[in-house]
Amino acid sequence: MSAVIETLEAMERPPVSMGSRLEGELLEVSMGPQHPSTHGVFRMNVALEGEIVRKLKPVFGYLHRNHEKIGESVSYLGSMPYTDRLDYFCSMTNNWAYALSVEKLAGIEVPERAEYLRIILAELTRLQNHVSLLGFLLNDMGAWGTPLMYAFREREKILDLFESLSGSRMMCDYMRFGGCRVDASPEWLARAKKIVDIFPRFVDELEQLIVGNEVVIARTQNVGKLSRDLAISTGITGPMLRACGVNYDVRKVDCYGFYPRFKFRIPLGEHGDTYDRLMMRILEMRESVGILKQAFEQIPTGPIINPKVKIRAFRPPVGEAYGRIEAPKGELGFYLISDGGPNPYRYRVRPPSFINLTILEDMCLGHTVADVMVILGSIDIVMGEVDR
Amino acid sequence: MEGLEQIKARIEAAVPGAKIEILQNASPSQQHSLKIDNQHAGDVAKFLRDDPALRLDFCSNVTGVDWLDRTVKKTVKVKKVIDGEEKEVSETTEEKITGYLEAVYHLFSMSHKHGPVIIRMQTTDRAQNVCLTSLTPIWRSAEFQEREIFDLYGIRFDGHPDLRRILMWDEFEDHPMRKDYREPDDYEYEPTPHDEVLEKAKGHYVSRPELDGAEKITTQT
Repeated sequence: MSAVIETLEAMERPPVSMGSRLEGELLEVSMGPQHPSTHGVFRMNVALEGEIVRKLKPVFGYLHRNHEKIGESVSYLGSMPYTDRLDYFCSMTNNWAYALSVEKLAGIEVPERAEYLRIILAELTRLQNHVSLLGFLLNDMGAWGTPLMYAFREREKILDLFESLSGSRMMCDYMRFGGCRVDASPEWLARAKKIVDIFPRFVDELEQLIVGNEVVIARTQNVGKLSRDLAISTGITGPMLRACGVNYDVRKVDCYGFYPRFKFRIPLGEHGDTYDRLMMRILEMRESVGILKQAFEQIPTGPIINPKVKIRAFRPPVGEAYGRIEAPKGELGFYLISDGGPNPYRYRVRPPSFINLTILEDMCLGHTVADVMVILGSIDIVMGEVDR
Repeated sequence: MEGLEQIKARIEAAVPGAKIEILQNASPSQQHSLKIDNQHAGDVAKFLRDDPALRLDFCSNVTGVDWLDRTVKKTVKVKKVIDGEEKEVSETTEEKITGYLEAVYHLFSMSHKHGPVIIRMQTTDRAQNVCLTSLTPIWRSAEFQEREIFDLYGIRFDGHPDLRRILMWDEFEDHPMRKDYREPDDYEYEPTPHDEVLEKAKGHYVSRPELDGAEKITTQT
């Protein structure tokens, strides 16, 4: 009899994890790097208690090619096409951030039309980035395929615009120091205006699907909550930060480009949960549409590039500069040190999605494995930028 | 925002013993920086974050820079008596600066919306004394970025909660962003190597016995 009781007791004991490198009765699971919802080659070492996440360590570097070292070995202009490959969804804003830093380093003025073109392209980039993020996020929540296809339908329209302007859909390589590479024809502007004008219809449709949807609410509200103070101290930026209610947008703070000439509002969240982060993207798309409409009205004619900028033998004076812009994913900065030579002495990228990942563990603790995917999706990472 | 001179004076008043130096930046960007000493770095950073007028609560960018040994040439005009006449002669002196590693922090304020204030810390050399104080306890945004500096530059941050490699794999030994880094010679060279690759690939060929090949074939007369 006693032997039977012993075995029953043994059965009731919680199972001992096999080969776990973490303490206690936790089971270590390696999620990724080939998981479909990690948006690339990203791995998380997760310690689970049942289905609850108790510890999470992000592991990355699978896509590391030492972008910064490459930047030090090519000329200033030579790095421009490489910046497209950082966040390959938003090559236009990457170009702009890099051009802005070099312009600060060398003291270059940008003509008016070029500034308008930059704003138009950056806001179009924001639209297509947010729209595809929402598609991917719904995909991660289990709405397989359909929302993503509709999101990509809208994204394709904008990519077609990029293609007809710069010759490439994703690797645009469009900006130059002191301006832009090619001018936009009136036909192109008319076409872009048409696409932007009907864009809010799609946003309405998407919002209707998301806002009241029971499944979306259940999966996102109160999931991955982030407090205001923690958000500031961990240096996260972009829609993620503003979802926590912190009013900080580089477009308003730094007033780079011609943004002070535009009327737009900064949407702010209240709870800092995944639902707020999701809604933040929808609200930002509406503001971007507003900026674009103003830009199409105001855009002047004139040169698109500063003729004084040397293309060959471009050597900025000795010194350093840090320039940053509000990319769709957060603050994208470039830090350059010049030693007076044709190549930068130091070329540093401050990638928003890399730094936004600092907070991943804090947001996931206490949630289930299925929530981890949704939380990760709402951060909006692109591995090309995280790993560099 | 107040000027760097003023910030420097206030830091020195608040943190006794702190050595602060203003490094000028000649570039049109006009972003000058404060060099802080390693010993008081934690206190200085805390002051910068908590001071009500500054409130630099957002540490945006943290990065490393590698400076090799270099000589700086300075030309100074000196008055000298040559052949009984006083003449102005320019003399060049060479100053040797030993290489060091540097960590640069770009600080902004989210509450007051100003910045950047740039602070930098320097190690004494590039080989042995490569320890700096970690500022991760003050700004958590430095956590991954200091790990990246450790990984790519080899600066060790004292007080960092989890100092591991982040982009390279754990078994990797060197620090690839250093200026004198040389990639290991275990590349898979091209099937038909040429140019630079050919030069490197020659090291992998076994020396051939003397009478084995084409080089001994003499031209027919």
